[in-house]
Amino acid sequence: MPKLLYNEPSPLETKVLSKRFGLDNSESLDVYLANDGFKAFLKARQMTPEQIVEEVKASALRGRGGAGFPTGLKWSFVPRTSPKPKYIVINADESEPGTCKDRLLMEYDPHQLIEGILIAGLAMDAHKGYLYIRGEYRYLIDHMDRAIAEAYSKGYLGRNIAGTEFDFDLYTHSGAGAYECGEETALLDSLEGKRGIPRMKPPFPAVAGAWASPTLLNNVETFSAIPAIIRDGGAAFAALGTPKNGGTRLVCISGHVNKPGVYELPLGYPMLKAIYEVAGGIPGGRRLKAVVPGGSSCPILKAGECDIPMDYDTLAKIGSMLGSGGMVVLDETTDMVKFALRIMRFYAHESCGWCIPCREGTTWLRKILQRFDDGGGRPEDVALLGELSKNMLGRTFCALGDAAAMPTISIVEKFYEDFEKRLAQAMVAV
Amino acid sequence: MTFSPNLEEKFAKMLAAYPEGRKRSAVVPMLIYAQDETGAITPELIEEVARRCEVAPLQVDEVVGYYSMLHRKPLGKYHVQVCTNISCMLVGGTELYEHAKKKLGIGNKEVTADGQFSVEEVECMGACSWAPAVEINYDFHHFVTPEKLDKLIDGLRKKQ
Repeated sequence: MPKLLYNEPSPLETKVLSKRFGLDNSESLDVYLANDGFKAFLKARQMTPEQIVEEVKASALRGRGGAGFPTGLKWSFVPRTSPKPKYIVINADESEPGTCKDRLLMEYDPHQLIEGILIAGLAMDAHKGYLYIRGEYRYLIDHMDRAIAEAYSKGYLGRNIAGTEFDFDLYTHSGAGAYECGEETALLDSLEGKRGIPRMKPPFPAVAGAWASPTLLNNVETFSAIPAIIRDGGAAFAALGTPKNGGTRLVCISGHVNKPGVYELPLGYPMLKAIYEVAGGIPGGRRLKAVVPGGSSCPILKAGECDIPMDYDTLAKIGSMLGSGGMVVLDETTDMVKFALRIMRFYAHESCGWCIPCREGTTWLRKILQRFDDGGGRPEDVALLGELSKNMLGRTFCALGDAAAMPTISIVEKFYEDFEKRLAQAMVAV
Repeated sequence: MTFSPNLEEKFAKMLAAYPEGRKRSAVVPMLIYAQDETGAITPELIEEVARRCEVAPLQVDEVVGYYSMLHRKPLGKYHVQVCTNISCMLVGGTELYEHAKKKLGIGNKEVTADGQFSVEEVECMGACSWAPAVEINYDFHHFVTPEKLDKLIDGLRKKQ
């Protein structure tokens, strides 16, 4: 019997990170070793730390957590010769609405992630790593604990890894429910046993991160891409994507599609092809209304804006983001007032309250949108939504304020008619 | 306060995982694992975690208020968490949440009279491509329909 996956793979996928997902016992170290596992680590062991970082730079890999920062550049910021201990922190706090890929990377291929972390350890001269997993993913914390124990028992973690002189310890760390902790500095505060509140930057985590020590912090998917990059070369990974947008990524397609699922697609993949061919199109032949391209924080795209290649730079050019890979497809039946309200209820709930523009802004936006949805919207509210949102932009420690404001601005501007319709209904009711 | 041998072993490992003098780092994981065993975060538990992590009880208390999975009151034996965030909402998550409340006869974060079930509307739980999703305690359920949820709940009722 074939292995039961969360969703059927698509023949249109380019499987690099997910190539082992369908194998029986893909989570076991033996299966990993029999399928290219730890070749990259042994190769990296023969390289200098600078060469490793150069290889990651050459791959044009960009952070898969959401910000899309060039990974090699981030790696080069960590002062590896610092006398302080250096730490690797892995962000598995996957909570951006629309995103569900790190789950699969941990569940189906935990040793790929571990190998990526070890290579980062070599490059940073770091010997300890902390895998921060959101509390809701308890089964994955247990799963990773088992994978880590297996790696220790077979010499792939601990002292003298794989017969080399390199030591590394890896620990899981449970979150307890807080979207904010996906933000890297809030995550570090949470890791230190505090409320997850963002820190002032600079200093950046590369210089003063976990316990005030130099810290490399990347997303699960970013680390999971490292073994393939080192094994096959950065150039080969880069060539899969488009210039400055290297490789493949796990795109999580959800919402109004016939075959929702997580699919590994090269950067620059056509968005409409992803919707209509990879994900099987929209149920009932209904028309596309909008797409959230990379998690709920990203400005929304109207159907007419979706004939684009999915890479960071193209999305930036049209005023949105590729984000975390969470692509939410909305068909013509979607009520954008309700959609905007649900997004804002989320951000108002998750705002940590540290910065006033975000704490107050998200609450006011939620109230106004709720009023609209309840049928009491006033004509001046539309402008007020835009004004409030714009006053939040860039005025907070972390990106949560922007993440709440940007989709609201885009929804109000691009789907003004949905708000007008509600206003007309409110007038009739009066 | 002592916990089960398994948890004591986990906590011993946990406290050794962080750098020297950084036991405070264990506060959040210790709270959530302890809560699973004790059912809720009590003042006594806060004192205990503070003692073990070498911080003031207030430093533990303020953390409890921040994280949405930490509770000062016991939840049901089966905590039914229904996601209504965007990906779930688009394919029936809101209706599923309404159905769950009706089926159990309780409101958000309330517990049934027999203490067996509680329900909570939760934010994105990372099951977007297999929505709508429900997590009962720590078990994920995907592509959940009202009928499927009824079966799940009825099955858990029988188990008691």
